[in-house]
Amino acid sequence: MSKVNLTINGVSVEVEKGTTILEAAKSLDIGIPTLCYVDLEEFNVKNKVGSCRVCVVEVDGRNNLAPSCCTPCEEGMSVVTNSARVLHARRTILQLLLSDHPKECLTCKKSGECELQDLASEYRVHEIRYEGEESSYPTDRANKSIYRDPNKCIMCRRCETACNDMQKVGVLSGTERGFDAVVDTATHRALADTHCTFCGQCVSVCPTGALTAISYNQDIIEALADPSKVVIAQTAPAVRVAIGEEFGEEPGTISTGKMVAALKKLNFDYVFDTDFAADLTIMEEAHEMLERIKTGGELPILTSCCPAWVKLLEHQFPEMVKIPSSAKSPQQMFGAVTKHYWAKKMGVDPHNVVVVSIMPCLAKKYECAREEMKCDDIPDVDFVVSTRELAVLLKESGINMSNLKEQEYDNPLGESTGAAVIFGAAGGVLEAALRTAYEWFTGNELEAVDFEMVRGIDGIRTAEVDLNGTTIRVAQASGLGNARALLNKIKKGEETFHAIEIMACPGGCINGGGQPFIHGDTSIIKKRQQALYEIDSNEEIRKSHENPMIKKLYKEWLGTPGSHEAHKYLHTEYFERERT
Amino acid sequence: MIEQYRVVLRNCGVIDPDNLDDYIKQDGYQALGKVLTEMSPADVVDEIEGAGLRGRGGGGFPTGIKWKIAAQQENDTKYVVCNADEGDPGAFMDRSVIEGDPHSLIEAMTIAGYAIGASMGYVYVRAEYPLAIERLNRAICKAKEEGLLGDNIFGTDFSFDLQIKFGAGAFVCGEETSLIHSIEGYRGEPTTKPPFPAVEGLFGKPTIVNNVETFANVPAIILKGKDWFRSIGTKTSPGTKVFALAGKINNTGLIEVPMGTTINQIINEIGGGVPNGKKPKAIQTGGPSGGCIPVEYFNTAIDYESLKALESMMGSGGMIVLDEDTCIVDTAKFYLDFTVEESCGKCTPCRIGNKRLLELLETVTNGTADENTINDIRSLSQVIKDTSLCGLGQTSPNPVLSTLKFFPHEYKEHIEDKKCSAFVCKELYQYVINDTCVGCTLCAKKCPVNCIEGDKKEKHTIVQEDCIKCGKCFEVCKFNSVDRVPGGSNV
Repeated sequence: MSKVNLTINGVSVEVEKGTTILEAAKSLDIGIPTLCYVDLEEFNVKNKVGSCRVCVVEVDGRNNLAPSCCTPCEEGMSVVTNSARVLHARRTILQLLLSDHPKECLTCKKSGECELQDLASEYRVHEIRYEGEESSYPTDRANKSIYRDPNKCIMCRRCETACNDMQKVGVLSGTERGFDAVVDTATHRALADTHCTFCGQCVSVCPTGALTAISYNQDIIEALADPSKVVIAQTAPAVRVAIGEEFGEEPGTISTGKMVAALKKLNFDYVFDTDFAADLTIMEEAHEMLERIKTGGELPILTSCCPAWVKLLEHQFPEMVKIPSSAKSPQQMFGAVTKHYWAKKMGVDPHNVVVVSIMPCLAKKYECAREEMKCDDIPDVDFVVSTRELAVLLKESGINMSNLKEQEYDNPLGESTGAAVIFGAAGGVLEAALRTAYEWFTGNELEAVDFEMVRGIDGIRTAEVDLNGTTIRVAQASGLGNARALLNKIKKGEETFHAIEIMACPGGCINGGGQPFIHGDTSIIKKRQQALYEIDSNEEIRKSHENPMIKKLYKEWLGTPGSHEAHKYLHTEYFERERT
Repeated sequence: MIEQYRVVLRNCGVIDPDNLDDYIKQDGYQALGKVLTEMSPADVVDEIEGAGLRGRGGGGFPTGIKWKIAAQQENDTKYVVCNADEGDPGAFMDRSVIEGDPHSLIEAMTIAGYAIGASMGYVYVRAEYPLAIERLNRAICKAKEEGLLGDNIFGTDFSFDLQIKFGAGAFVCGEETSLIHSIEGYRGEPTTKPPFPAVEGLFGKPTIVNNVETFANVPAIILKGKDWFRSIGTKTSPGTKVFALAGKINNTGLIEVPMGTTINQIINEIGGGVPNGKKPKAIQTGGPSGGCIPVEYFNTAIDYESLKALESMMGSGGMIVLDEDTCIVDTAKFYLDFTVEESCGKCTPCRIGNKRLLELLETVTNGTADENTINDIRSLSQVIKDTSLCGLGQTSPNPVLSTLKFFPHEYKEHIEDKKCSAFVCKELYQYVINDTCVGCTLCAKKCPVNCIEGDKKEKHTIVQEDCIKCGKCFEVCKFNSVDRVPGGSNV
């Protein structure tokens, strides 16, 4: 790579050719504000459309100002990032954005986490000099997961990049033109009427309140206050390594015990662990996988824990709907076990049991409302709370999680293994399945349980695993764009696998649409990943089938994996859906 | 007496556009033959560069340099794109060339393909030009039949093919990166340069984008040479320019004159002056990116630089004559309104800034502007120019800034006196009936909104709240009893 030399605010700097002014300034610790720009480095995705124009700088010899996020450095360039002209332009741009933005910051769902609000405050925009007509678009909350308020859209196109470039779902794009331009679905359909997967990556990257999660916090507060209800919390693996960020902890902090304590402070009657159900999922999935291998069934078997991925498959690969494992996701299995096994044991009417899932995910909200996700007409799961929304519940109740003494999960549905906790990182489900499948297939004990080759948040991983002489090919893809690429290869016959794990969000659930905002810092995702593997390596039991409570569950209730009873409560089916 | 000089329009109206032989009789495809058999690609680039041909679509970038950059790129796939998405209000020279002389475009694009090393070209033409598309299509088929396009042209190793792509009517697709994205099947909106299309353009490959008029010059330059071309026009702007002469002028239509012709010559000698004995006030050039040049500068010799110095620009050659009945603020508002409608909405300053600028102008024309308005207009215009992503936004305040510069008194009159001397801004004048009214009732009968009251043979009155200022009463009154006077709801 050749180098170029330039000066920024009079300071000389040498950078690699192709470096943008923004990046070069960053290397000199010179701050330049951005709004539309986002660099999801670990996932190789950048939004550098140069649309918001708040990052403009003055370049000597250039007539107009240059957008620093997408202007490459050139030899001899002289850049000024803070001249009066630049600051005036940035302030005017902010005023223009605010002039067509609802003035409801105090009641906005994004208040306190809005990048436009932050910047307006940083630039002390105390008056809006240019006022006039404001856009008026209908809002969309006709689904269970995502609330869209296009009136707050600033056309930064981050969601479009997430939806189209990263996830390759293609639901959101720029529509209309001029003052009416806004990011929307084609023909302005409600998200529910599109092939949106509700992965929530658009919500994760939206700088304003245009895309937010639909919250059920009020329903939960009411359920918790209702003495006739037994309210159960289940916590997904990825939540425990992210919730701390909401309370000022370093990314990657493991907060399991404190989170349990906090949930108990919120008056949940029982705090259980989705990890228990993750172990149960492995029992069913590994069984199904080995059955298919042994009996020449349809391969590859695809994991089915991720509802956004399942929805993508239903819309985009309808011819493949029979391939995924029929096992329900851990969240749904947990609900079914709680209401039909645990409730009976406890002598509680399952109709009075409220299962609240604490999830890193927005698609889980959609999943629990799917028509078929119920047994004996009782929904498996009642409400889903995202990691961010849990923090809201705690904060409004005055609970500072960081200061709590750690507590243990309740039993029996709080017991889990290291195999379960890694479900939260891309490759984890596959690794957990391999740990069990190896032992069941070979009859030998697996000593080295770490399948490092399938770990990774970088997109697609493939590996060959030797099951005592029988080689099986496995793969994991995280990010729906990668999933699509992998599936297309399988469709064309370019690759064959025995088992594939797919997670809709790049990196897996640790980067779910309901997790604390990372504001473009993907190193946070890596830290969450490391934390999950740390929990796993510190567990005494690291194979799902060795979970004593799981063993007990089969003994007392289900019989064996794949049994009639297991199918009734723990399995589901998928449907061909239209591509919009 | 200045005469028109036809280079671009040399065959328009002279030949049958559907007859290849007609074109060939006018030396058609001779330039291509010469290029393919006597010249290297570098010779062609040198010839165009040496001729000093500049882009006729707007900015006037030297065509030869664009070609040279593309030619220098090492890539086995390159593209030649013709921008026929003509969109400036009133301009139709590109349409005329394609309709009247389609083979000249095919020949020029093929020459360009040879020069830069491309074997594929696209003509991006607006779908609202069905006749142009039809004739170009037929010409392409005919050229292919005759071995003038397609594989092994003139029996040489050089192959070049052409395809027509339809534009869906977005003005911004005349901006080259937007045009490229539109051909690629994406939303027609611009991306930041660099990378320039000549380096990374259509489908990521080196691409030259030239407009129809630019291309139409190419065969003539190749045949007659760069020195001939340089002998026409001015030093910095050789050759001719086609203008679409319109507005308050006796002879409207397309004209082609050597660069350096003065505005006066065009208006008086070619255009035949302003009709109805009215005085000219200004000419608007450059479309929505240009400005209004006042009558004091009508002796200006037109080229890229002189127009720019007058806060206007060449643009694609729209030239609209404004007479004394024109309100200059309203004219600026008209062009800005066009830009607001046609902005793609991608970047903040163009999407919201131009809308706010238009709203500020509306306060000027409706009498609600105050002493800060002019400052606000200037300040916002500067930010829009400074920060917009593409040429459309960067030039959109030009009609406002140029009129502010040359006609400050008109703005002042609107703001301070709440008066529009041209009686164009409806909120700033009203119709009243004076004492000479004989009560003939004609005005009341003709009034489309029935807002004129009065008994027969009695003086009539206009109910101001209901009047739509259509001017019908003013027109029909035989006794000069209807006056148009300053004043109105906001005054």
